[in-house]
Amino acid sequence: MRLDQRCRYSKEHEWIRVEGGEALVGITDYAQDQLSNVVFVELPEIGDKFRQGDVFAVVESVKAASECYVPASGTIIAINEELLEAPELVNEEPYARGWFVRLALNDPNEVDQLMDAQQYEAYVAQLMEEEGLR
Amino acid sequence: MTYVPLTEADRQAMLQAIGVGSVEELFADVPDSVRHPVLELPPPLSEMEVLAELREMGEGNADLDHTACFLGAGAYNHFVPSAVDAVLSRAEFYTAYTPYQPEISQGTLQAIYEYQTMVCELTGMEVANASHYDGATALAEAALMAFEVSRRRKHKVIVAPDIHPEYRQVLRTYLRGTDLLLAGDENPQAGLEDLAALIDEDTACLLVQNPTFFGELLPTDADGLSGLADALHEAGGLLVVAADPISLGLFKPPGEYGADIVVGEGQPLGNPLSFGGPYLGLFACRDEYKRKMPGRLAGATVDTERRRGFVLTLATREQHIRREKATSNICTNQALCALAAGVYLAVMGRRGLRQVAELCYHKAHYAARRINALPGFEVRSGQFFREFVVRCPRPPAEINARLLERKIIGGYELSRDYPHLADCMLLCVTEMNPREQIDRWAGELERLG
Repeated sequence: MRLDQRCRYSKEHEWIRVEGGEALVGITDYAQDQLSNVVFVELPEIGDKFRQGDVFAVVESVKAASECYVPASGTIIAINEELLEAPELVNEEPYARGWFVRLALNDPNEVDQLMDAQQYEAYVAQLMEEEGLR
Repeated sequence: MTYVPLTEADRQAMLQAIGVGSVEELFADVPDSVRHPVLELPPPLSEMEVLAELREMGEGNADLDHTACFLGAGAYNHFVPSAVDAVLSRAEFYTAYTPYQPEISQGTLQAIYEYQTMVCELTGMEVANASHYDGATALAEAALMAFEVSRRRKHKVIVAPDIHPEYRQVLRTYLRGTDLLLAGDENPQAGLEDLAALIDEDTACLLVQNPTFFGELLPTDADGLSGLADALHEAGGLLVVAADPISLGLFKPPGEYGADIVVGEGQPLGNPLSFGGPYLGLFACRDEYKRKMPGRLAGATVDTERRRGFVLTLATREQHIRREKATSNICTNQALCALAAGVYLAVMGRRGLRQVAELCYHKAHYAARRINALPGFEVRSGQFFREFVVRCPRPPAEINARLLERKIIGGYELSRDYPHLADCMLLCVTEMNPREQIDRWAGELERLG
């Protein structure tokens, strides 16, 4: 599983990477792998405001349509328009060209509460173990 | 495979859980006279006798082979070519319901795909779905879709009062329990400029019918629907047009005057009147809104060997995938009715459809001239297609009762929905009304007037 050491992670498998007072948000390598081929990403509009945990995007894959939850409160200041034409970037480069939105954060402390890469890796390992037991 | 609903052990366990000794005891509160009523049936009859009795009962109905019909108001008497029923009654089409394992039913999917393609061409839209239950439900779904397109932020639905009254009732039923608010049709005489004045930033969509319920053709220029579309788009709302598919054989498709969603009653395309149903709802929209479109959608593709094939596509919009987040609970279509519409359009072709529309237009205008010349009668419609409003010198119900005695079905009594038109009826003329019939009808009206 690919990880980005600079990111924080949510239990719903979104990543957030703070750059100054702003942050990029996307879904993790584990999430894209579970979804399989992504065929469409429905993104919010610039200016939309979200509280931590709100649905901010919907990812459609050949298997399912899944909602994405914003990992920290903020206002959308940019969306990745490239995804509208090339949704496969979510599968290919989940932490780079597959980013979803850029947020102006309300409270950077919210990000600190999230898992770091090591914690997320352990969290996913536990999920996979539970999955294996079923 | 045997279907086993419950074992005796299951039944006992459930009875025990609710503390009842037996099934009889469970239903003890229902009076015996209701649970086991004595049916007072006549003695049994032979098949031959039953058929004779049913035939006699059936002959009590008026039918269009022996009655002249000048009633429209949402259901239209058009010719259905024999080829339609011939294709429809093929077992491959007739027995199969909506394709649950769709890709194995290539013929069904191809028929839906071709139907969708023709609906797009008729309406001037880019994507059409596999159909809805009828024109009314298609219109209501369009309002819900406009709400979704606005990301559930715009709550006002402006409704023209000259949309079919039953469509507006269905719309109200659909919108019950949602955050959407209807405006516009509280004034039964509101015109396009009155509706335009209601457009604001909270407007999800504006719904019009063209031709209107009264058969009138709305202006499509900058002073009419085009201008209305511009005003809506400026405010971030959508223009929804309920169109009559036969009229589209002759007049400009709504896509050319700014419509974003086009719906309509598809019955006039190859489906018989049939006491009011089953019919089908046409539904088409601009490409950019397709992911918010309700209903099933057949698409063309190629397989691993590059052979052309058909699939149900964009299924992630639908309820069986998106569950409670789906934009609509429509997971089916009027497959057989849509097939009839598709075969009808294929048989008629562009020229044939235009010819039907021209016949309707000219016959309706001939009839209107005849009636307008009768003392006491006055045609009150401006530009119309195949229906027009007539003010009558006597109560329309009385006129209709007398006409029916002479095997003529008169017009729709507008007093039912429009108090200001209490002395008016809505009349319809199609290619099925020969000139002699129109003349005979005018003669009867003259005697009644």
